[in-house]
Amino acid sequence: MKTKKNFLKGPLTDTQLLMTITIGIFVLMYLLAIVFLQGGFLHVQQIFDMLNDNASLIIVSCGLTIVMITGGIDISVGAVTSLVVMACVLYLNGGGNVFMSILLALGIGLAFGLVHGFLVSYLDIQPFIVTLAGMFFARGMTTILSVNPQKAEHEGFTKLRETQIIIPWLGYTAKNGNVVPARIEIGVLVAIFCLIVVFLILTFHKLGRGFYAIGGNQTSALMLGINVKKTRFFAYIFSGLLSGISGFVLMMHTGAGNATNAAGMEMNAIASSIIGGTLLTGGVGNVIGTFFGTLTLTTIKKIVVSSGLNDPWWQSITTGGMLCFFILLQSVVLSRRNKNKKAA
Amino acid sequence: MKNKSKNIFKGGLGQLTIPIIAICLLVIFNLIRDPSFFSIGITHNNDGNIVLAGNLISIINAASELAVLAMGMTLVTAASGGQDISVGAAAAIAGSAFVKVLKSGSGITGGTVLLAFLVACVVAMLFGAFNGTLVAVFKIQPMIATLILYTCGRSIAYWINGGATPTVSGSILTAIGSFIPGIPIPTPVIIVIVVAIIFRLVFHFTSLELFTQSVGINGSAARLNGINSTWIKLLSFIILGLCVAVAGVISVCRLGLINHETILLDVEMDAILAVAIGGNSLGGGKFKISGSIIGAYVIHMLTITLYAMKVSSTDVKAYKAIVIILLVVIGSPVIKSRFTKLMTRLKNKKPEASLKGAL
Repeated sequence: MKTKKNFLKGPLTDTQLLMTITIGIFVLMYLLAIVFLQGGFLHVQQIFDMLNDNASLIIVSCGLTIVMITGGIDISVGAVTSLVVMACVLYLNGGGNVFMSILLALGIGLAFGLVHGFLVSYLDIQPFIVTLAGMFFARGMTTILSVNPQKAEHEGFTKLRETQIIIPWLGYTAKNGNVVPARIEIGVLVAIFCLIVVFLILTFHKLGRGFYAIGGNQTSALMLGINVKKTRFFAYIFSGLLSGISGFVLMMHTGAGNATNAAGMEMNAIASSIIGGTLLTGGVGNVIGTFFGTLTLTTIKKIVVSSGLNDPWWQSITTGGMLCFFILLQSVVLSRRNKNKKAA
Repeated sequence: MKNKSKNIFKGGLGQLTIPIIAICLLVIFNLIRDPSFFSIGITHNNDGNIVLAGNLISIINAASELAVLAMGMTLVTAASGGQDISVGAAAAIAGSAFVKVLKSGSGITGGTVLLAFLVACVVAMLFGAFNGTLVAVFKIQPMIATLILYTCGRSIAYWINGGATPTVSGSILTAIGSFIPGIPIPTPVIIVIVVAIIFRLVFHFTSLELFTQSVGINGSAARLNGINSTWIKLLSFIILGLCVAVAGVISVCRLGLINHETILLDVEMDAILAVAIGGNSLGGGKFKISGSIIGAYVIHMLTITLYAMKVSSTDVKAYKAIVIILLVVIGSPVIKSRFTKLMTRLKNKKPEASLKGAL
């Protein structure tokens, strides 16, 4: 009986509603792209390419979503990713082995997460300032390590990097008659693995429910017996660790360390999370939504490029416009809902 | 007793303690490192004017744009409890509009410069109003609302410039960007002082300061008291727009060109930092513009000090981050309350001991 009543009032929570909107719009946009700009959008490879190019962004956005659910922000993620790429490439070129470089990547990410988490949750400093300093530090360290781009020339790593999963039956026939099979990079598998793990933690684990609780209302979370400081601490550790993983994935994608790697990634990650229905005020959000947010963002860019708006400024102007549209849509939907709730 | 000790530990300066300590530390550090760091000389510049020169002057001069932006940012932070991360992009747009008007005229005269400046102001205020509407009317968090302009602002500037980086030159622009003939103080510094005085006067003759603080502390309580909190928030963004236009125009005049990619790059982060170093809460409420101005100079002095220590411009960020973390850790509420407790305990011990001694 009770569930039925809730169902009538509104079958979805805020999180689910915003997520559904995102997925709906993504599907709609993709269909529009197929109809109006046939081109490559019909091939499965188009989706795989989007995943291949954005594996590291997806991973970073997952971490950021966790932090944003707790009501905080982590703008250091892009810089940490870039630092990890540079450090790992230098380590590999200096004669290290692949396994140790993975540990190095995780270690750097974890270190940033620990410091951020400690400063934010135990010393009560504003997360924006702490992670801004973290961003400056990571960007500065990257150039201190090397100003010039470094290419990874390690044999084992090159093998790992060139490993791709090939699915012939999803391929397409090119104009010259060759069959081009569909290709997925290993990074995508890592990204999807991270996505599932984060999703399971957020949905079923005590810690994950704690993230939502302290993001929704810190005082009531405290009264429920949740260790607010520790929970927040863990959120930043997750974000740091995922930045480390994302760095390694980006290195597998690009194969070189560069001071401008992952430039602006933090803003792309924030945009993905927002489009995916995460609120910066905390308490609302989901990584599945974030995943579709990333895809939506990429689809917008692809549509702009393939629809012939070749001037360099159109891509970011339309991205900004879409961002504006999503933000307004969410704001209107949520305020309507709140009004309905109050009326009921 | 308790009240008295509290006052002592606040140093009588309140929130200005941290920025003033920071600037003093930097000055002392520089004097130890190089006693002639702050020497001020008088030289003739290329135009044959007598001007002041030296590290101190260049620090104060170079921090002008940041100081102007920090003033506006303080107001936005106080009213909305969030930050505008689009100031750099908006300054690029304002600068582009300024150059566009100058280029479209026949020559650069006082009139066209004034007209161009007014156009830049209007454009920047419109974008400020756009951000402000999203924040105040649609109740979107400031960081997200301004993320839109942050994403596309520099591209809009590029579009206004028509895909180029046009240069402008003229004696009036040089006067705005560097020195007015006959006055040895750099013009941007004078502009900062003028803007600060205008803020002071506005706060003195209107209730803007009080209203902004009450909206920042509790928006709904302010509304119940008859303050139009939506309008105050919107107004703070429009005022920031004005500051952005001023900063953009100074920057264009200083460089003599508009480059949408590099003009005031990363200034939004520095401006927010200046506000935080100035002891203002980033969550809104009470604020002091003077703190933010000092914060802006702290940031620039830090940067110039690092340059003087032969740190390359790309590596500066790492060292800057360490100093920022140290500053905010010292200023963090937890450390502050621990320190106050410790000092109170020491204070309380002393009188007891002396009393016992007397008995």
